[in-house]
Amino acid sequence: MDELRKDSRHSKLGGHDDHSEYAVEMIEITKRFPGVLANDRVTLRIKKGEIHAIVGENGAGKSTLMNQLYGLYHPDSGEIRIFGQKKVFTGPRDAIRAGIGMVHQHFMLVNTLTVAENVVLGNEPVKGVNFDLRKARQEVKELSEKYGLYVDVDAKIEDIPVGMQQRVEIIKTLYRGANIIILDEPTAVLTPQEVEELFEIMRNLQKSGKTILFISHKLNEVMEISDRITVMRGGRVTAELITKETNEREIARAMVGRDVVLKLDKAPHTPKEVVFEVKDLWVKDNRHLDAVKGVSFQVRKGEIVGIAGVAGNGQTELVEAITGLRKAEKGQVLFEGIDVTNKHPRVLREMGMTHIAEDRLKHALIKQFPAYYNVILGRHYKRPFANGAFLNHQEIKRYTAELMEEFDVRPRIIEHLGGNFSGGNQQKLVVGREIKAGPKFIVVAQPTRGLDVGAIEFIHRQILRMREQDVGILLISMELEEIFSLSDRILVMYEGQIMGEVRPEETTVEEVGLMMAGKRLEEIRGGKR
Amino acid sequence: MKKPEMKKLLESIAVPVLAVLIALLISGFIILAIGKNPIKAYGVLLHGAFGSKQAIIDTLIKTTPLILTGLAVGFGFRAGVFNIGAEGQMAMGALMAATFASNFGGLPPAVAIPLTMLIGMGAGAGWAAIAGFLKAKTGAHEVVTTIMLNWITTYVASFMVTGPLATGSGTPKSPEIAQSAQLPILMRVGAMELSAGILISIAAAVFMYVFLNKTTTGYEIKAVGFNPYAAEYGGISVAKNVVLAMAISGALAGLAGVTELMGVHHRFLGELSGGKGFDGISIALIGQNNPIGIIFAALLIGALRTGSNEMQFMGVSKYIVIIVQGIVIFLVAADRIVKAIYARKKVKE
Repeated sequence: MDELRKDSRHSKLGGHDDHSEYAVEMIEITKRFPGVLANDRVTLRIKKGEIHAIVGENGAGKSTLMNQLYGLYHPDSGEIRIFGQKKVFTGPRDAIRAGIGMVHQHFMLVNTLTVAENVVLGNEPVKGVNFDLRKARQEVKELSEKYGLYVDVDAKIEDIPVGMQQRVEIIKTLYRGANIIILDEPTAVLTPQEVEELFEIMRNLQKSGKTILFISHKLNEVMEISDRITVMRGGRVTAELITKETNEREIARAMVGRDVVLKLDKAPHTPKEVVFEVKDLWVKDNRHLDAVKGVSFQVRKGEIVGIAGVAGNGQTELVEAITGLRKAEKGQVLFEGIDVTNKHPRVLREMGMTHIAEDRLKHALIKQFPAYYNVILGRHYKRPFANGAFLNHQEIKRYTAELMEEFDVRPRIIEHLGGNFSGGNQQKLVVGREIKAGPKFIVVAQPTRGLDVGAIEFIHRQILRMREQDVGILLISMELEEIFSLSDRILVMYEGQIMGEVRPEETTVEEVGLMMAGKRLEEIRGGKR
Repeated sequence: MKKPEMKKLLESIAVPVLAVLIALLISGFIILAIGKNPIKAYGVLLHGAFGSKQAIIDTLIKTTPLILTGLAVGFGFRAGVFNIGAEGQMAMGALMAATFASNFGGLPPAVAIPLTMLIGMGAGAGWAAIAGFLKAKTGAHEVVTTIMLNWITTYVASFMVTGPLATGSGTPKSPEIAQSAQLPILMRVGAMELSAGILISIAAAVFMYVFLNKTTTGYEIKAVGFNPYAAEYGGISVAKNVVLAMAISGALAGLAGVTELMGVHHRFLGELSGGKGFDGISIALIGQNNPIGIIFAALLIGALRTGSNEMQFMGVSKYIVIIVQGIVIFLVAADRIVKAIYARKKVKE
C-alpha cells in the first residue's frame, strides 16, 4: 500500500512542520474501544479550503475519527490542530467554538419548529429577555442567500423535503460560525437531483473559503466532488490520494485490501412464468395514513424487479404488506396464482416465499440468540431442525457451521450471539438463511445498507445466483447503483405510487431520479417529444 | 467453547451471591445500630433455618411454593411478559382444586392426586391466560390486568369460603380435601410434615429447563420474548405465544397453590397466599430466570423466613430479613444498571 501514499510529505511527526497550509491536522490519533483498535495512529491532514473525502468500509474507523474531531470522543493519544493551533476538545461545544460544524447522517432538527427557529436553537438572538424571532429570521435569510442555500425560513421542518432539511443543518453550522464542515454520509437520503444540488452548495461553500470533510462510501460521488481523498481500512489510513490522479478501482482496492469487481457481469437470463403478483394494493402506515396507494406489478421466475425510490415513499409498508407483517387494506397479493393477501408469514414461508428484511436488527435477527438459533428462524419447527416437539441441536449446529462457511460469516463461531456480529456479518447470516431456505420468490429489501464494498459484492453475487436458479426476486433499494446493476426491470415509487416502469438499459439515472422526485414516466418522456 | 460458557455461568452465579453477602453486611450494621450483635443474630438465623431436622423441614416446606412462584414469574420473563399476578393465579388454583377435591374420596390416590393437580394448574393457567389474551388482542398491559385479576380473586375467594364452600366456625375455610387427594408425606418430625410437594416443585424446574432449551415451542417463546418483530417475521405468532406463555406461567403459579393445598393446609383458607406470588418476582430476579438459579433463590428466601422466627426470640425483629431481601433485589436489579454504566464508561474511554 505504500506506493499509494502519494501525499506523504508530512507524515513525520514534529513540531517544526509548517501548519499554515492546513485547516485540520489529526496527527497519530489512536483510539481504543474494548476489544477494538478503532483508530491506529491515524494521521489526517485537511488543507484550507479543500473538499476532502474520507472513504472506508463500515467499521474502518471513519466515524470514530470524526467524532474525535467533533469532540464527542477523546483520543487515547495523538494531537489535533485546527488552523495550526493545538486543541483539546472536551465536548462538541469546544469543537464548535473552534469553528467546526458537523451535519450528522440523522438530522438533529425539531420537527415542529420552523427553519429559522431550528437554526438559532441554542444560540437564540434575544431582545431583552425575549426571543427575537425577527432577528433570527433576518440572520437565517442572510446566511441562506450568501451561500446559495435556498430554504423557506418560516416553514416547519416536518413540512419540508429531506434535501431542504439537510440545507437547514448546513446553515445551522454556518450560523454557529463553522469554517470547517463535516458532512457524514450526506447523500444517503437524497435523490440524484438533490445530490447535484448538494454538490453545488458544497462548491459554493468552498468558494467562500470553507473547508469541507465529506464522508462517503460512494466512489462515484467522491470522484466527482472531492479534491483529495483519505482512504481508511481497519482503523488505519491505507491511502492518501489526489482525486485527479486516481480512479475508482484504486480507491476500492485501498478500501478493501484487494481487487473488487465494481461492475457485475449479469448474464442474460430469460424469465419464466409469473410467480408473484400484486394488484391494486393499498396499505396504511403507522399513523393510519395511506402509504401505498394502488400499487400493481408482477414478478417472474428468474427475474429481478427493482423498486427504486427515496426512503419513506411507501416501500417499507409495501414490503411489510406483501410479507404478511402489515395488513393490506385493499387489493390482492397472488403467489403462484393463489391469493395470499394478509396471510401470516408462516403460511408464506411454507409456500416458498422468503424475505431479507430491510431492518435486520428489528426484523431479521434476534440479537440475544446465538448464530445457530438465528439461522433456523422460520424453519425451526420443521425437519431436520426439529424432531417432533424437540429441537435437533446436533443438526442445527452442523447446518449453522455449513451456512457460515458457505456465506463466509465471521467470526465462524456458531455460539456467537446475533448482536455481537458486525453489520456485514449479521447481514450474511440473514441472507444465508433466507437463500438456503430455497425460496421460489424472495423479497430483498435494502440488502446492502451500511455494508462495505466487499460484502456488497458478495451479496450481489448471491442475488444474481438466485436469479439464475429461476427464483423470482423483488429488490427494494435506495441505492440507485444497486437497482441499476441488478434489476431486469425498474419500478420507481413516489408517495405510495409507481411513477413508471423502465429497463435499466433503456433509461438513465436522470430519468429515474425525476421519477423518484414525483414525475411520471409519461410526463418525462412526453415532455421530451 | 466450554470455557466462555463456564465463565458466563460463574458470572451469573457471582452476582446473586455477592448481592446476598452485601445485603447481609448492610443489614448487619442495622442490627448493630439497634444494639444487637449481628454475628450472633445471623448465627441464630442460620440455626433457625438449618439447625435441626425440624428447622430444615420447615425451611423446605416454605421453599416449595416459592420455587413454583419463582418459576412462574421467571418463565414469564423469559417470554417477555411480566406476570405480576402469580398471587391470584396461585389462589385460583388452590380454590378450584379445593372445590372439587373434597369430593374425590372415592378415587384412588393415583387418580385423585394428578386430577387435583391438573385442576389447580388449569385454573391458574386459565386465569393468567385472560391477561395474555387481553394483551394479544388489545395490547392491554399484563401488569395492569394481572393485578386487577388478583383483586377479583381476592373477592371471589372470600365469597366462596364464606358462602358456598363455608364450613365449620371461626376463620372462613373450605372443607378438607379428600384423603386420597392429599400429597404423600416424605418426612415427619413432630408436627412438621414434609410432603412430596418439594419433589413436584423440583420436577417443575426441570420441566421448565427442558421446555425452554430443548423444544421448538420453547424456542418460539424465547424468540417472542427477545424480539417480537423478528419472531413474527420468522412466522412465529406473537399473539399465540403471549397467551401460551401467560398460561404456562399461570399453570406454574396454580401448581404452587395446589401443592400448598394438597401438601400443607389440606383446605382452602380464603386468603391469598400472603405474598408468595410476589416473592416469586424477587426469586425470579435473584435466580436470573434460570430454573436452577430459581431453586436456590427460593431456598434462600425460604431459609431467611424460617430462620427469622428464631432470630425474633433474641430481640431482633424478623423484618430484618425483609430488609435483606430488599437489598438483594435492589443489588441484583442494580447489577444491570452497573453493567450498563460500566459498558458506557468503557465506550467513552
